[in-house]
Amino acid sequence: MTVQQESESVNVVELRIPCKPEFVSVARLAVAGIANRLHFTVEEIEDVKLAVAEACTNCIQHSPHANEIVLTSEMAPEELRIVVRDNGGGRSGGEESAELGGGRLGIFLIRSLMDDVEYRRDEGAGLFLRMVKRVAGST
Amino acid sequence: MDIKVNVRPADGETRVIDLVGEIDVYTSPAVKDAITQLIDEGHYHLLINLEGVRYIDSTGLGVLIGALKRVREHAGSVSLVCANPQIKKIFDITGLVKIFGIFETEQSAIKALA
Repeated sequence: MTVQQESESVNVVELRIPCKPEFVSVARLAVAGIANRLHFTVEEIEDVKLAVAEACTNCIQHSPHANEIVLTSEMAPEELRIVVRDNGGGRSGGEESAELGGGRLGIFLIRSLMDDVEYRRDEGAGLFLRMVKRVAGST
Repeated sequence: MDIKVNVRPADGETRVIDLVGEIDVYTSPAVKDAITQLIDEGHYHLLINLEGVRYIDSTGLGVLIGALKRVREHAGSVSLVCANPQIKKIFDITGLVKIFGIFETEQSAIKALA
């Protein structure tokens, strides 16, 4: 896990885990610790944990050629921005192709729990999922 | 992280499945195996006790939905015991609260099933 300061007010944490089911709990624990650094409620931290776990599960279930998941968390004062990527390659496509394989419930949960969600499958790269959780009361 | 699965008889035809731990993409196969075995043995009325579950994700929900589909083919039922607000929230936002019987306590679930 690497930590860097992008600017005075944004800290970036990058975590790389194997694209295997037994490591999803590691991602959950790490992101809980990161979210805890911002002023989220316990319930909001649980939301972020579940959203990140769903993103990792999507990589595991729908990127059979991926061997690594990279989670990049940007801790801004009023929001947490998280990007989840895998290196599964595959054909490019929008949200429709990212959902193929029955992952709709997971994506639905991510959309319900986070404030902004963007995801796609990049040509030759893999799944890209960016999500934002804002601290309550911030605009 | 692990999941503990315990199966025991309740009143009548119902079997209680106690789950303790976290249900995710790693642990849900163990839950699925236990439920599949019960259904294969002819037990179609299941009461799944989630009181000891701290976390569940879409793979866990998928296992419960799969179980419900299978038992309904035999006029069976799946009821859940869950008092954890975070887990109940997941059932609420996915709409699954409408298809499962969800009870605060095992006692109230058994009373409703009787």
